[in-house]
Amino acid sequence: MRKHLFEGLTRLPLTERPPKASQTAIDELARGLDGAARKRLGRSLSIRAVDAGSCNGCELEMHALNNAFYDVERFGIRFVASPRHADVLLVTGPVTKNMREALKWTYDATPNPKWVVALGDCGRNGGCFAGSYAVVGGVSEVLPVDLHIPGCPPSPIEILKGLLALLERVNAKTAAPRG
Amino acid sequence: MPALTDLIEAGRPVEQHAPWRRAVVAPKIWNLAVEQLAAGHWSLLGLWAEPDTVHMALLDAVRDIGVISLKCAGGRYPSVGQRHPPALRLERAAADLFGLLPQGLPDTRRWLDHGQWGVSHPLAAGALAAEASAAPAHAPAMASYRFLPAEGESLHQIPVGPVHAGIIEPGHFRFTASGEIVVRLEERLGYVHKGIEGLMAGSPVERAAKLAGRTSGDSTVAYSLAFARAVEAALGVEVPLRAVWLRALMAELERLANHLGDIGAICNDAAFVLMHAHCGVLRERVLRASDAAFGHRLMRDRIVPGGVASDLSEEGTAAVRSVVTEIRQRFPHLVELYDNTASLQDRTVATGRLKPALVRQYAAGGYVGRASGREFDARRSPGYPPYDELAFDVPLLQEGDVNARVWIRIREVEQSLSLTEQILQRLPGGPIRVDVAGASVAQTGVTKTGGPCEGMALVEGFRGDILAWLRIGEGGMIECCHLRDPSWFQWPLLEAAIEGNIVADFPLCNKSFNCSYSGHDL
Repeated sequence: MRKHLFEGLTRLPLTERPPKASQTAIDELARGLDGAARKRLGRSLSIRAVDAGSCNGCELEMHALNNAFYDVERFGIRFVASPRHADVLLVTGPVTKNMREALKWTYDATPNPKWVVALGDCGRNGGCFAGSYAVVGGVSEVLPVDLHIPGCPPSPIEILKGLLALLERVNAKTAAPRG
Repeated sequence: MPALTDLIEAGRPVEQHAPWRRAVVAPKIWNLAVEQLAAGHWSLLGLWAEPDTVHMALLDAVRDIGVISLKCAGGRYPSVGQRHPPALRLERAAADLFGLLPQGLPDTRRWLDHGQWGVSHPLAAGALAAEASAAPAHAPAMASYRFLPAEGESLHQIPVGPVHAGIIEPGHFRFTASGEIVVRLEERLGYVHKGIEGLMAGSPVERAAKLAGRTSGDSTVAYSLAFARAVEAALGVEVPLRAVWLRALMAELERLANHLGDIGAICNDAAFVLMHAHCGVLRERVLRASDAAFGHRLMRDRIVPGGVASDLSEEGTAAVRSVVTEIRQRFPHLVELYDNTASLQDRTVATGRLKPALVRQYAAGGYVGRASGREFDARRSPGYPPYDELAFDVPLLQEGDVNARVWIRIREVEQSLSLTEQILQRLPGGPIRVDVAGASVAQTGVTKTGGPCEGMALVEGFRGDILAWLRIGEGGMIECCHLRDPSWFQWPLLEAAIEGNIVADFPLCNKSFNCSYSGHDL
């Protein structure tokens, strides 16, 4: 335990930091995301993840956003436990019929202004589950979706890119967000 | 005590069923098998249905595997769950999907069907299907669910889910507690039922393989492998040697990533974030190495019927070698940290204890079984290549608590590291895929004897054994396919493990099981 704490004092952080010379994708994204989030929402963007029938692949990559490499909290982006604390619903899955109602309730419990992001190929149109008796076939069949982030599952970098796109769009909007 | 093979010989054997045998049996033989299950001599590997038939995959005392099938006259058959509880939820699921009625089943509540599909018995055929489509959708009131009662002074209920507080799959838990002590937990699942079996029926093999790989995202390699092996068994296709070894490499990388992530997450639920952070780093390294080696972080769609979809390059090999070296350096320190942190041990030792007798009865696989004394690992028995040529231990503990489940995972991380090294050392050259569509049986869709062909596979995922069973019919189309997640036999045990523990320890117990919702709900 003590050893780990001491090591922590001397070792360089793992987070891929906003850049100096090297222009990797994540560095650019990190800068963009940081600026956009602050402009629109002060220092925080709270995300409530809702699994509406995914295979759990998207959730794994969402979890990865919290690891030391991506560390999304440094941008003020965090995953919250209740829809009542959320700005964004990040919804995955082809929306199973058994989850449709719970998804609607979660949306209704989220205060305005709010945005919905459909994550993964299933969230767009049901993906390979489209046509099943048990799925609705895409998040937009149930909720107004502001953004789709494709991928099966999208990598953490793709999710970050998507969130950045959302923030930029939100910033660009002059009208009041949809209620 | 009869052997499984006697029962199969007593029935009408199915001609093309590989690698194990299947027989259509009479109700008397069916009941004889149920007796063996109830007496604890045999284990249930799976129970599934077709419109007019119910199938049961069994493992007998000498670890022989086979399937017995019963024609359901009038849509009825004698319930297995009545005498062998592990079959209960499987029978409820089959009843929902096919409308088959298990006679004597003590619990007739719907399981996967929440009254939302707009159709009853979606996979039924004939008269039942016509009746189903004519029937109006269940009224919402019909969807209300009767939870089992727990009565007593000062008991209160805590409903949780289906939307949970974390980034986690949906399901409902109904706790009944006396103060802080849980006296009953009842799960309600089925929220992520996507109708995979229905989508597979009538699909070409390639499309069905994609669906199989999306049954449970964290086990995409294991599911693709199970499905591919079942297809290959059915068609009699031999996979190139290099592909066999690459498949094992992917499976071990998947196991490593999942175990590392979960060991950290369990500690996180005991408010020990440091382990979570360090384990999260190692998990990410494995995902990146997998990406470098196979072009996808989770290695989705990389195992296909006939072989593998992408070859391992020199850079890929280097990436995998480098991640193994790093884990070998860092992981022992983390294990030491786990072992020497009193606040952590205080939460995991003696918490969520699961009795060996229950684990045996449910034939629970993976770390849930092995932490409670059930030594079963599909890589070893029945076994499949290349594991018969690799050296590895199957760790075993008896305590059955959260701590034991963590230690089994720790030991399995070490074993997977060694397996990964052995595979890289001995990886043969050559082609990585054969054309399954070109297999003679697939072209015509029928075997030499004129019937369709059936295949089965049992593969060790990180959670335990995954069963795949399928039939390929005319034109090489999948006629029906059933995939059984290890969680079917682990979810009910979580209900038992939590009893008598405090509510606050539920996340720890739950995470130490880490059952799949999507894999279970299908």
